[in-house]
Amino acid sequence: MTEALGDWKPELLGVDGKVLPVVSAPAAVLSGVGVEVDPADPATVQLAADLVATMRVSPGCVGLAAPQVGVGAQLFVVDVTQHPKTATTHGTFVLCNARIVEASRWRPGREGCMSVPDLTGDVKRASRVVVEGVLPGTAEPVRFGTDAFEARALQHEIDHCAGKLFLDRVAGAHAIHQRKVYL
Amino acid sequence: MHELAITVIGPDRTGIVADVAEALAGVGANLSDSTMTRLRGHFAMTLICTGPAPEAVEKALAPLNADGKLLATVRAVEPEDDSAESGDPYLVSVHGADRLGIVAAVTRVVAAAGGNITDLTTRLTGPLYVIIAEVDLPRDAADELRERLTAAAGELGVDVTLRRADTEIL
Repeated sequence: MTEALGDWKPELLGVDGKVLPVVSAPAAVLSGVGVEVDPADPATVQLAADLVATMRVSPGCVGLAAPQVGVGAQLFVVDVTQHPKTATTHGTFVLCNARIVEASRWRPGREGCMSVPDLTGDVKRASRVVVEGVLPGTAEPVRFGTDAFEARALQHEIDHCAGKLFLDRVAGAHAIHQRKVYL
Repeated sequence: MHELAITVIGPDRTGIVADVAEALAGVGANLSDSTMTRLRGHFAMTLICTGPAPEAVEKALAPLNADGKLLATVRAVEPEDDSAESGDPYLVSVHGADRLGIVAAVTRVVAAAGGNITDLTTRLTGPLYVIIAEVDLPRDAADELRERLTAAAGELGVDVTLRRADTEIL
């Protein structure tokens, strides 16, 4: 199953993605549990392409979930290939209806979110995970293991699909921080 | 020796901590526990010291308020009661659209469940209001509190999570 992920690339979606506006908290769509999607549905494939396109025009963005573009659905894109904390990476990929099936080696780390633009938070995440999901445009489930920053990004995006923000997981009253603005 | 509760707040500038700490050291007030942070451009210090009578400390801090901007208060307090019971540590996160009374409503629910808030931060950024609270809860109180918090959050139109805090002792 993992091979399917290795061979996958956004071009296989076969449609051009539109850049969508990113929703900021507070917004109801960020708080609701996303509906499961039909990975083969052309609407899902289009949304997958839109998520890729929106991520690519957003500086520093390593992942984007459907609720962040206003769609309460279980779909997200991840691409941590350019991030310095990345160890294992599976390139740019979109997953439908994903879930964490194994999680271990919990580590603290600071994360931000395009939908909470002014704050960052210290959040403990598993640094080893096994994830299951379905690639858009296919019917085939994929199951793969990853680690480090890709594992963190996946947990953050899967949380979005469940209506959770990093604010729901910060480690303490002193674990949220005003985001520094570098001009 | 007196146990002293001291607060200092004023517009943030370089050197506030150094000025206050120097004034305290100058009159023999020994700083024990403190939090010092910047809140929307104001620098806020809350300190517990042991030292001379409050009047002496007030006098030492008075010159810092020469321009009327740095407000300091000093008062004598009782030392900590060692027998204070602590419960199980939990974290409460609240986030949603800012409106009047979110902190009041949420903390009233926590208090009614016997939860003791030991640390709390709020942040307002744009329209988003965030509360993160550390709470000591009586044993077996979490499930009922979670239900009550969820109901209160529903009325306020905000999201709330209650979860056990990690306490890993190495």
